[in-house]
Amino acid sequence: MPFVTADSQRDSYDVIVVGSGAAGGQSAYTLAMEGAKVLMLEAGRHYDPATETPMFKTPEQAPLAGTATPDKPFGFYDATIDGGWQVPGEPYVRASEDDAGRFEWWRARMLGGRTNHWGRISLRYGPYDFKPHSRDGLGLDWPVSYADIAPYYDKVELLVGVYGSNEGLENTPDSPSGCLLPPPAPLVSDLLIAQRARRLGIPAIPGHRAVLTRPLDARANPARLHPHNATARRILAADMRARAACLWATPCGRGCSIRANYQSTTVHLPPALASGNLDITTDAMVYEVTLGRDGRASGVSFVDRTTQRQRQARARVVILAASACESVRILLNSKSAAGLQGVANSSGRLGRYLMDTVGSSVSGQVPLLESLPPLNEDAADGMQLYTPWWLYREQLAGKLGFARGYHVEFGGGKRMPGHGTGAELEWLTGGSYGARFKEDVRRYYGSFVYFDGRGEMIPNEQSYCEIDPQVKDQWGIPVLRFHWGWSEHERRQAAHMQTTFVDIISAMGGRTREPAQTDGAKAIAPGGSIIHEVGGAVMGADARSSVTNAWCQTWDVPNLFVTDGAVFASNADKNPTLTIMALAWRAADHILERMRRREL
Amino acid sequence: MDRRTTIKWVLAAGAAWPLIEAPTAAAARPATAGYGTDPSLTRDYRPGELWPLTFTPGQRRLVAILADIIVPADPHSPAASAVGVVDFIDEWVSAPYPQSRRDRPLLLEGLAWLDAESSRRFGMEFAALAAHQELLICDDICAPARAAEAHRAAARFFARFRDLTAGAFYSTLAGREDLGYIGNVPLTHFEGPPAALLAKLNLS
Repeated sequence: MPFVTADSQRDSYDVIVVGSGAAGGQSAYTLAMEGAKVLMLEAGRHYDPATETPMFKTPEQAPLAGTATPDKPFGFYDATIDGGWQVPGEPYVRASEDDAGRFEWWRARMLGGRTNHWGRISLRYGPYDFKPHSRDGLGLDWPVSYADIAPYYDKVELLVGVYGSNEGLENTPDSPSGCLLPPPAPLVSDLLIAQRARRLGIPAIPGHRAVLTRPLDARANPARLHPHNATARRILAADMRARAACLWATPCGRGCSIRANYQSTTVHLPPALASGNLDITTDAMVYEVTLGRDGRASGVSFVDRTTQRQRQARARVVILAASACESVRILLNSKSAAGLQGVANSSGRLGRYLMDTVGSSVSGQVPLLESLPPLNEDAADGMQLYTPWWLYREQLAGKLGFARGYHVEFGGGKRMPGHGTGAELEWLTGGSYGARFKEDVRRYYGSFVYFDGRGEMIPNEQSYCEIDPQVKDQWGIPVLRFHWGWSEHERRQAAHMQTTFVDIISAMGGRTREPAQTDGAKAIAPGGSIIHEVGGAVMGADARSSVTNAWCQTWDVPNLFVTDGAVFASNADKNPTLTIMALAWRAADHILERMRRREL
Repeated sequence: MDRRTTIKWVLAAGAAWPLIEAPTAAAARPATAGYGTDPSLTRDYRPGELWPLTFTPGQRRLVAILADIIVPADPHSPAASAVGVVDFIDEWVSAPYPQSRRDRPLLLEGLAWLDAESSRRFGMEFAALAAHQELLICDDICAPARAAEAHRAAARFFARFRDLTAGAFYSTLAGREDLGYIGNVPLTHFEGPPAALLAKLNLS
């Protein structure tokens, strides 16, 4: 079976999954491995990492030395296809164009979505992160606790493979034995940053990323994941054996043809397809959920991009996993059983509480790192070490002026030279050229360090999306209009990042080109630019204040689920992908159980 | 306006910044279509195959001279022009993307200014100058922060040209070897930095 066209789909499925990224991949994996007949619909084209990944390519082989362009915003070799902050033929509207009110919407139109290019950073939410309102009176509590989700974090780590360590730090959960792979060795720059940060009371511990630092245990992991399903164990074991460990070269953002890191296309979809229970149709742009007269979802409508025709697919259960904003758009563009605009919106909260991550960065130059001998520092491609949030107590005591924390992604090293190498060195060289310039570039190569703050945004009333009354995309589907605003909590947090990073660089004996940007409004990256957008169909304890319940099930339509980032009730500093997968797995388990009981 | 007229015009203006676009070879205007949002990532590309190039033979000669002044041959590596830097800069100024659109007039006008300035000071084009004469001009414009008011625009040109030259040079195998880059090779294990180095840096 696996890849089918709109014409060769079955008449009906158990479950339709809209989207093929982290949420769609995990939903389809869990359902198909346990025997449900699943149809996955992906708006973008088919993508084969085994043949399309530019492993080991060097910059001079690419146009413009591989630099970023509007066609390839993360560089030529980035895995993203037909994606970016603008997608041709698929506009969106911003209610405001100024920096404070701007929201940038990243999309990828390809099988596997943005899991093909993501940073692979895989941090668990901690106990505080699910109950932020209870802790400090701000934002929204989730209807689940860390204890509810922890078993699913375990499962995801065992399935996809995540390196990291257990440090026993506050609100930074440890994993049970056997879940994590060993972390990679740190670089010289990592160790120097860690040493000097610790002198300032700032921790630095091994990062957590979905990269196989050694092969997964193809005996133990399948047995833990599918204890009662011999077929699933056999399929998964065979698939795990086909995944190679990291070969410590060539950037993860290009994707990985040897399947050493997590992308939906290399981890979720192959075993799900091998089960024989998953059909995938690509180039299928879903635009609405169809409802029967009983008010239950009957399936979805989509545009077949290969023929431009509108088509239908039917199933007992519909799962939206199209990415937070796209899932919200589909719901807003759907019509209720009574013919009213918008499905699953009796609360009026659909589209509300859109969140991104607070981002701010500083880089510096460190004389101690100059002129080191040649070293292979490709390593794990980043985040060998990182800094989890460390000021929980000071923050709760009100000493910081902002309510939520951030983690720090930092690094340096002798990465592959490229277009930026030797550029904009005047502040260090005084404008050298000729033989001296070549000496200067040798001296400074590998001596730069960067710090990226990634912080929690508190949901607010100004940040939401809705359907634009006029603008439609190339298929005539109404598009989203975004409204955005930060609060003082986020602006102050960004300013705190700036001073902290400059302090660490100073403690390393280093220097920055510019002083710390202490104006938070200028320090903070525009909304959406960190590409951690979540919310819009938040889960909650009751139908009046939220769109779904704790199982990602919409309150209004019992056989309609949202398993992507749209259901997030908070956006902790931890990157959302691991939590998306854990929630999707949990929701899929719930759906299977309800289907077995014939309740769905 | 042909090249000779351009220079006369600039001379008359006293080596002011030329506010006219210099003549070009294949493409009078930059291309409008790039490689799109779904190019093949596994094949190699050469400058000129995706969009037409810009430089005249004279401009290519001038770009090669200036690139080699910035990145000359030395015992560690060849000069910039020996590893395709001229082709790269031609590809860059000809590309349809925003950064290239911004750089194109700066670079084309900067090249014209170089000839105008050398004609004004030495009575000949830049390509005909002796090495010490080239350096007299470059020293005036190599640092935007220090450049005299009259040389501000030329210094911005030089800084951008240097960035593009370096970017192109260090993107090649010769550039990677010059910097002692030894990655991008598959390893069975990653051991981290040698203990002796960490001890020396007090990072053990």
